[in-house]
Amino acid sequence: MTAIQRSTLLRHLAYTAIAAVALLAVTYSLAPFRNYQLATAAAYLCATAGLTVLTGLNGQLSLGHGALMAIGAYTVALSQNRFADAGMTGNGILLASLALGVLAALLAGLVIGLAAARLRGPYLAGVTLAVAVAVPAITTVWAGVFNSDQGLSVYLEPPPAGLGYDFPLEQWQAWLALAGALLTMLLLANLVASRFGRSLRAVRDDEVAARLSGINVARTQVLAFVVSAACAGLGGGLLAVLTQSVSPGAYSLTLSLFLLIAVVVGGLGSLAGAVWGALLLVLLPDLTHSLAQQFTLSPAVAQRLEGNLPLAIFGLTLIVVMIAAPGGIQGLVRRLTRG
Amino acid sequence: MDRFVFLTVDGLAKGAVYAAFALAIVLIWRGARIVNFAQGAMAVATVYAAFSVTQATGSYWLGFAAALAAGLILGAVVERAVMRFVSHTSPLNAVIVALGLVLLLRAVLGVFYGNEFRPVETPFSRTGITVGGVSLLSRYDLFVFGAVLAVVVLLALLFTRTAVGLRMRSAAFAPEVSRLLGVNVAGMLTLGWALAAAVGALAGMLVIPTELGLHPNAMDLVFVSSFTAAVVGGLDSPPGAVIGGLAVGLVLSYVSGYVGSDVTPLAVLALLLAVLLIRPGGLFSGIRTRHV
Repeated sequence: MTAIQRSTLLRHLAYTAIAAVALLAVTYSLAPFRNYQLATAAAYLCATAGLTVLTGLNGQLSLGHGALMAIGAYTVALSQNRFADAGMTGNGILLASLALGVLAALLAGLVIGLAAARLRGPYLAGVTLAVAVAVPAITTVWAGVFNSDQGLSVYLEPPPAGLGYDFPLEQWQAWLALAGALLTMLLLANLVASRFGRSLRAVRDDEVAARLSGINVARTQVLAFVVSAACAGLGGGLLAVLTQSVSPGAYSLTLSLFLLIAVVVGGLGSLAGAVWGALLLVLLPDLTHSLAQQFTLSPAVAQRLEGNLPLAIFGLTLIVVMIAAPGGIQGLVRRLTRG
Repeated sequence: MDRFVFLTVDGLAKGAVYAAFALAIVLIWRGARIVNFAQGAMAVATVYAAFSVTQATGSYWLGFAAALAAGLILGAVVERAVMRFVSHTSPLNAVIVALGLVLLLRAVLGVFYGNEFRPVETPFSRTGITVGGVSLLSRYDLFVFGAVLAVVVLLALLFTRTAVGLRMRSAAFAPEVSRLLGVNVAGMLTLGWALAAAVGALAGMLVIPTELGLHPNAMDLVFVSSFTAAVVGGLDSPPGAVIGGLAVGLVLSYVSGYVGSDVTPLAVLALLLAVLLIRPGGLFSGIRTRHV
């Protein structure tokens, strides 16, 4: 056996390095719009991977991950704008803002997680649903900070001068988001393979048995929520960097439901499923857009159809997958590759 | 003081609707051990049906009847076509499928009716009747109280005084034994869903005219408030749901009157968390062993 085969960390590092090189090459061949889509998928991936750990591996359902993304996004927006006002700019500052976003979401996750550790099934879903519904209210109540429904714009530095004068912004954004996503995947993959990962699954499968084996169930659940929230915060922060604006409408209940769908359809309980899910979230609306353009419809009808068709397909897929193929896309892939 | 009286009356009127909606949640929970997260979206769909019928015929009451009928049908269809096939290995499954239903219903409504708010007419005036200089109940509030009271009484009679009600209770309580005794357990489950959706349709008809108007997401906050009401009452107890509904209505009315209407969603969240953390079984629960 080689060292790479023996050490999980080394194997994951190798996978990450290969993925990083491949993706770097891909960003050079893509058009700016496709790079932007890739960046969006990468930002979603941070959140869906975090949700996979929470829901798929620990069995806690969260309908509030859109809200946690909003916390990351708003923190990044506020921090970027404050630093810019103080005349401090640069990519180190951007990293600091993202770190602050992760920290803010992590703290929120700790609070929700402490409550969640005492709640089960539908009760937890209800509480996190209430969190998701409360986001617009928070931005309205503290309108002085969050500017209610209009939201905030996010200051973003142009790409570093070293990359050349006409380096496309979208490609730079793709690099940022992909770096975040790869880091998240690397950390989570190691976490899942660790002793803590086994505790997560043990708590999901049988709480009593887990407790009898000496696992602190409540602490495991809170930690799972904290890790998951931090990932969602990074995803939200990256999304704010991509769109260069944050508003409550972008982080509504629908986003929380989309994240859940991505995780379920991709394949509950595997990080690879989170990748499928994130890609689906970006590609399906694109696909329905081009589908709607095939028909000649009046502009009003076309607009309604375009806005709602992805929603309908997502909803239907969620129901069908949940009933017919609970393993999701990754489950099907696994079945096919194992023959 | 006038303001307090006004807010109390207003809170009780809102609370009556939450009570009806919480009853719908409790009905399904008792029958199937599922919290129907699609309840809000299903209610909105029936109100859209009423909206179309009222527009076509010009009669509010035909629309009202259409909403209730649409509720019965939608509830039965959702149970027969979707919920029946959800595996019960994890309580998450039913919640996730219900959320899929939420998105599907929203999208279908969005395609047919568009995503804008539509004003909805009420059958009675909403201006309060003035008693001694204080504006109190409006005719519409009286209609709301009457309708909810009628539903509560009818459901109570159904479950305690009729053979169908007894079968429904036994099917929920001991499905295997009931089946052996010749009760159509699956049929009772479908009936429970149909009834719950009809009650939800009624609540939707009553609450939507008092809010921003008809919109595919119009019932989101109502659902969360009613879920809170059901949890306050213990999720398992119909009388608890009614009392919980009135209590939540009052609290939200005071919060929105004295603090600001924008704060209401935060108040719902705080209330729900407080109840779940302090008395997870609801305010009316006895001591119960935890199932493992």
